[in-house]
Formats: sequence, C-alpha cells, structure tokens
Amino acid sequence: MEVSRFRLLFLIVAVTTMLPGCAALGVGGEPSHETAYPSAAASGEATEATAQSGPGESPIIEPQVERREIRRARIDTEDFELGAYVGMLGIEDFESNAVYGARLAYHLTEDFFLEATVGRSHAGRTSYEKLSGSADLLTDGERDYTYYALSAGWNALPGEIFIGKNRAYNTAFYLVAGIGSTHFAGDDRFTVNGGFGYRILPADSIAVHFDVRDHLYDIDLLGEKKIVNNLEAHLGLSFFF
Amino acid sequence: MPRLLSLLVLLALFSTPAALADESSRILVADPFIELHTGPGRGYPVFHVVERGREITVVKRRTDWFQVRTERGVEGWVSRQQMVATLEPTGEPLDLQEPQRENYMSRRWQAGVMAGDYAGASLISVFGGYAFSDNLAIELTLNHVLGDFSNSYSATLGLMHVFVPEWRLSPYFTLGTGVIHIEPKSTLVRAVDRDDQIGYVGGGLQLYLTRRFMLRTEYRNNVIFTSRDDNEEVDEWKYLGFAFFF
Repeated sequence: MEVSRFRLLFLIVAVTTMLPGCAALGVGGEPSHETAYPSAAASGEATEATAQSGPGESPIIEPQVERREIRRARIDTEDFELGAYVGMLGIEDFESNAVYGARLAYHLTEDFFLEATVGRSHAGRTSYEKLSGSADLLTDGERDYTYYALSAGWNALPGEIFIGKNRAYNTAFYLVAGIGSTHFAGDDRFTVNGGFGYRILPADSIAVHFDVRDHLYDIDLLGEKKIVNNLEAHLGLSFFF
Repeated sequence: MPRLLSLLVLLALFSTPAALADESSRILVADPFIELHTGPGRGYPVFHVVERGREITVVKRRTDWFQVRTERGVEGWVSRQQMVATLEPTGEPLDLQEPQRENYMSRRWQAGVMAGDYAGASLISVFGGYAFSDNLAIELTLNHVLGDFSNSYSATLGLMHVFVPEWRLSPYFTLGTGVIHIEPKSTLVRAVDRDDQIGYVGGGLQLYLTRRFMLRTEYRNNVIFTSRDDNEEVDEWKYLGFAFFF
C-alpha cells in the first residue's frame, strides 16, 4: 500500500509540474485559441456593427490592389577563375622539362587581379653529371621541382583579336609579378616571379592563356650562393565562376 | 590531372545554365541610352546602344561590369556607372548592394596575404579572420618562413583588437598562440626538425582602401617555447599585406 501511495504522490507532483510547463511551451495554449475563434466568429456581426458605428475604426474604401512581390536581383558574379596549365620549364643547370600546374585568380577590378599558382616539374641532369661520369649531385627524389606563387597582375592591354572576317574574341595582355616558394634539391627557397601573359576568351566564361614567367631564387647547391633564373612558358585553360 | 580537368569541365557545365536560367533580373533603362561593350572593360569597343524605357536582362557580373541581354537577344557588357542609373520593375533604382565604407564597418569575414621578414628570413603569410564585434576579431595565420639556414611553417590563432574601427586608418593590437615546425636546410650537418609552441604579441595598422579591399602592416614579437633552457624571441615584420572582406 505504501508503494501505491508514493506512486500517487509522484503522479500528482508530476502532473502539477508538467501542466504549466505545457502551457509555457505553447502546446496547451492551442485549444484556448480554438475556443477563441468560434466565439469571435459568433460575435463577428456584433463587432462589425459596432465598428461601423464607431468613426475611424475601419477604412472607408478597402484597397483592392495586391502588393507586388519585390524580388531583388540576385546577380551572378564571376570574379574567380580556375584553371590548369601545361608547358616547359627551364631549370638552370638542370635541363628543360615539362611543367604542369593549377591556377586560381580573383579579379579585383577590370584592371587588376590576384593569382595563386601551383606547379610541378622534374629536373634533369647537369652537363657536369653527364660528362664527368662521377656521382650524381642529387637523388631522383631531390630532382622533383614544385613551386607555389602568389602574384598580382595588371591587364595592361585589353582588346580584341580578329580571326577571319566575322569573328572577334576578347583578349588581354597582362603583366604579373609576385612571391612564392620553390621546393627543389630538398629545400624550400623564397622565390620571386615575374612575367607576362596573353589571355583569349573564346566564350565569356572560358579563357585560354599563354604565359611566360621567370622564377628567381638563391641557391648554394654547387658550393657558392648564386641567383638562378628559371624560365617557364605555358599554355593554360581556365573557367570563370 | 584528368580528374581535375573533368572536375573543371563539370563546374563549367553546371555554372553556365544556372546563369542563363535566371530570367527574373529584368531592369529598365533610365539614362537616355546605355552603351554595350563587347567585353568587361573600357578597352573593349561599344557595339550596341539601348534607349531609355527599354527592358534589359542582367545575365552576370564581372568586377564592375554587367553582362546584359536586350529584348532582341543582343548580349553585351555595361559599366557599373550606367547600371546605377537603371530601374527595377518596381520603379526603384537598381540596388547593386555594393560593398562600401558602411559595409566595411559591418564586415565579418576577411582574408589576405602579407609578406615580410622573420628574423632575417623571408616571410610569406596567409590569414583569415572572423570579427564577432566591431573591434574584436579572431584570426588564423599561416606562415611560411624561408631562410638561409632553415625553413619553417607556423600556424597561429589569435585575437585582434582594432582600436578605432570607424577610422580609415586604424591601429590594432594582436595576441595569440600557435605551433611552429622548423626544418634546417638539407646542406646543414646533423640538424633535426623540431616542433615548438609559440606565443606572440603585436600590433599593426589597417587601412581601408576602396570597395572591399584593405591594406595592412604588422609587427609581432614571437616567443618560441623551445625544449632547451632558453626561450627564443623572434621579431616578425610584415611590411605589406593585402586583404579583402566579405
């Protein structure tokens, strides 16, 4: 019997705490609304009558104009450009080899853009290594050449190219300069790059690039420190988005 | 590489129809006439003109130029100065929601690149931040330090307090912590890589340039908590940085 008494007590406590809780959550509030509506409908005529008698409580003319839905123009912006390129890279003392990379550009204004490039190549052997027959200067893994560059560009000469009588494509000749890092011969080296490029747009969202870049850095691989110039020429394709 | 290329092609395929499908952005020409250029820039020639009262459709935008399509289906690029003078179908002037000085105050996200000097070595720095009030922001900075004897990477997370955010040029204070990974050059004998914790305190100047762009310059005093008896103190000067907010 003690158990059932406790159970009853617990239930009472539970119910008293739960019910106001439900009201606060709005669950218990709904029935009261439902009851409120019929009463309002029932007294609707009465309230209308009183409204008409009371001056200024209802508008004289009900406007029949529906409000036009205003949709702000969501204009699609295409300031970014993503693409890939393939070309040749001459690594000073280490032959010329194929280079391939990716490019992301952000067009700030019609004149200026920022550009991030990542490229990869593989160095060959120096003339010394070939002729002397001695041990190689670098292992095969150390001949991997990767770089990244953060650059700023200026569209110096925007214009058009005319192919045949009826075709004209937008073009731009641009100058680029920036900083970055080159990983070669087992180390990262601070690299300055500069160059120029030519961009042709066969369609509004597609660009074909031809770029020439010089990558400069200090290297002390052969004993003394020297500046090397690595010239790169590549052809790329990119999409605006 | 083929995977990357196919991804690019997919991206292009999906982005173009979405741009073409948006026919809702019709506007009215309010200037006596607007000029359509062949490309998004003043260097591209004008080839078509649309008179006042005509309806045009905005296709897309590139920097300050808008590609529009006329009722006859001619597509060309219109400058922002002329677009400002067009009207929405409701008769209101077209709201381009340009990032201006007012937006500079309410900016939330910002990102940028800085270059400088880290204890005599070259420094390339990339940062991104989120402002949770006008003055206070949290910032993540990734550094790549390229020196004669060692290279290092560091990642730091810190708080940045802009003293007078409403000024065009405002000083700021920054404080934070992070990790640094130091790799001695492969030409050095018997040197080992090491990872250490760093703490920094610094200050800088932030200049609002125009639209959504900013310039920044910064100094940080880093303390590297080494496993040796003494901590290392390093001066970090970021001479110039470029940032944009969105």
